[in-house]
Amino acid sequence: MKKRCFVLFIICFVFLAAGCGAGEQNDNVVIVYNWGEYVDPEVLELFEAETGIRVIYDEFETNETMFPKVEAGAAEYDVVCPSDYMISKMIQKDMLMELDMEHLPNAQQNIGTQYWQQSEGFDPGNRYSVPYCWGTVGILYNKTMVEEPITSWAQLWDEKYRDEILMQDSVRDAFMVAEKLYGYSMNTTSEQELLAARDALIRQKPLVQAYVVDQVRDKMIGGEAAIGVIYSGEAIYTQYENNSLEYVIPEEGTNVWIDSWVILKNAPHKENAERFIDFMCRGDIALKNFEYITYSTPNEAAKAMIEDEAVRNSPIAFPDLSRYDNLETYIYLGEEGDALYNELWKEVKTY
Amino acid sequence: MNSKKHLLAAPYAAWAAIFIIVPLGMILYYGLTDKSGSFTLENLLAIASPGHARSLWRSVWLSLISTAVCFLLAYPLAMILAGKKGRNGSFIILIFILPMWMNFLLRTLAWQTLLEKTGVINSILAFLGLPALKIINTPSAIVLGMVYNFLPFMVLPLYNALSKIDENVIHAAKDLGANKIQTFFRIILPLSVPGIISGITMVFVPALTTFVISTLLGGSKVLLIGNIIEQEFTQAGNWHLGSGLSIVLMVFILINMVVTALFDKEE
Repeated sequence: MKKRCFVLFIICFVFLAAGCGAGEQNDNVVIVYNWGEYVDPEVLELFEAETGIRVIYDEFETNETMFPKVEAGAAEYDVVCPSDYMISKMIQKDMLMELDMEHLPNAQQNIGTQYWQQSEGFDPGNRYSVPYCWGTVGILYNKTMVEEPITSWAQLWDEKYRDEILMQDSVRDAFMVAEKLYGYSMNTTSEQELLAARDALIRQKPLVQAYVVDQVRDKMIGGEAAIGVIYSGEAIYTQYENNSLEYVIPEEGTNVWIDSWVILKNAPHKENAERFIDFMCRGDIALKNFEYITYSTPNEAAKAMIEDEAVRNSPIAFPDLSRYDNLETYIYLGEEGDALYNELWKEVKTY
Repeated sequence: MNSKKHLLAAPYAAWAAIFIIVPLGMILYYGLTDKSGSFTLENLLAIASPGHARSLWRSVWLSLISTAVCFLLAYPLAMILAGKKGRNGSFIILIFILPMWMNFLLRTLAWQTLLEKTGVINSILAFLGLPALKIINTPSAIVLGMVYNFLPFMVLPLYNALSKIDENVIHAAKDLGANKIQTFFRIILPLSVPGIISGITMVFVPALTTFVISTLLGGSKVLLIGNIIEQEFTQAGNWHLGSGLSIVLMVFILINMVVTALFDKEE
């Protein structure tokens, strides 16, 4: 009897294994893992129509939730769109494929030189990534709900705004705010500075209405909170929806970031992935995306085609970075740095 | 005959092996090892760190409150339902479980919209000139979410237990001179203990382990132990710590079951 059970187990396992192995390897597809609401859905349809490659599209909310899934190989992806520091982490972990720029003519032609240079900070030699969007992290506030203009991170610690503040539920962005408050580098690994930042965040917690990521946008539009920490790309969209909202880069300085396309080393459809990335770099496509998601595009061809002059010269969408001397880009802090940040963030959240 | 019975159980045995035994084994393995793969108890002891202990305590406390509230709400309702024999009773039960046909996430999100500062309830209160309700992103909102979502799990077992009580037993108690209160405490309540116990378990266990309700209604400000475990897996990428904390949580659930089982026997 026992034997028969055993045989049944084996059969079950074999079927399961076969089921996992089969997959869609022969299909003409590209599997994209991107931020939530970070592409015009029509663009994906256009890509499918033009190339005949079916797009399998999946979304993540933060770099930190994306990474374990990709690392564990929980799902197969071809193209991912992480931020700067996460790309450098993935390069160090040997997870990315070196790009062949010959296959990416649109990227070469359309992405502005300054963005390639900026990318050198996390991807020396521009070997692994193609810039997709960039921006700053700042404060979005509702002019009708605050007493004076918001200009500083310190105002996020103002007792007046108790229960009116939305913080980012993402470890690096949250710590960046506290680090800038004290004038530290946002890439510090000094334990003393980090403990001070943690204590500041704990002190701030009773004033915070909620820690959210994508929801900042809707909550600010709906007037649910007066002040929210947000990515610059969301600011333009929220202003369309609610014109009492104002975006500001705080005087203490902030984070300037780039999200770039990368191809995973173990990507099952590398060629399709290259075609996808290059398609996204086409001027008209980048423009379509920009108009839909309103995140700053590094695509010069697209920027030149923006019809609305106010948007083309918008200091929110295309700020003149040379005006600020206290902007920083996150860098990967190594396993130990990551662990320390995670630990301290957990202490804030559980407090 | 015997072997045929075994054969019938084989699909479930396979199911149990693949989806219960294997995952449990993996959790035990990850929970008791460190990154290099050597044996350690550190992941279990990590529950003592202030942050973890605080969220575990908070989870236990909020789940206990939710279970108690569910019980107090569900018992009278179940008694009324059990009293209504026939179609009436089952119709009310149907209405009661109707919301469960909707997705759990949607229902919880709906509460978010209802409770928000500028949400439905507060708009109505403001219209009536009443003070605003400020419970979103607090532990009270989480308890509300738990009670709302898990109440049917308390009502159904209680209803089952109560409707199975032989009415002749109750008549006998009355014949022997027991008043209503005596009948309730000495006859009905003891006879419904099995229902109470499965109700408590079915509410307490999901409430203790939830992380969705606390994220949606707690604004990620009130972290439960379920959130900690979820974040160890999805963000910190530390499967070992996540598994270790899961084992501790399982121990707590076992304690709950042992305590209720003992209580059952005493009765």
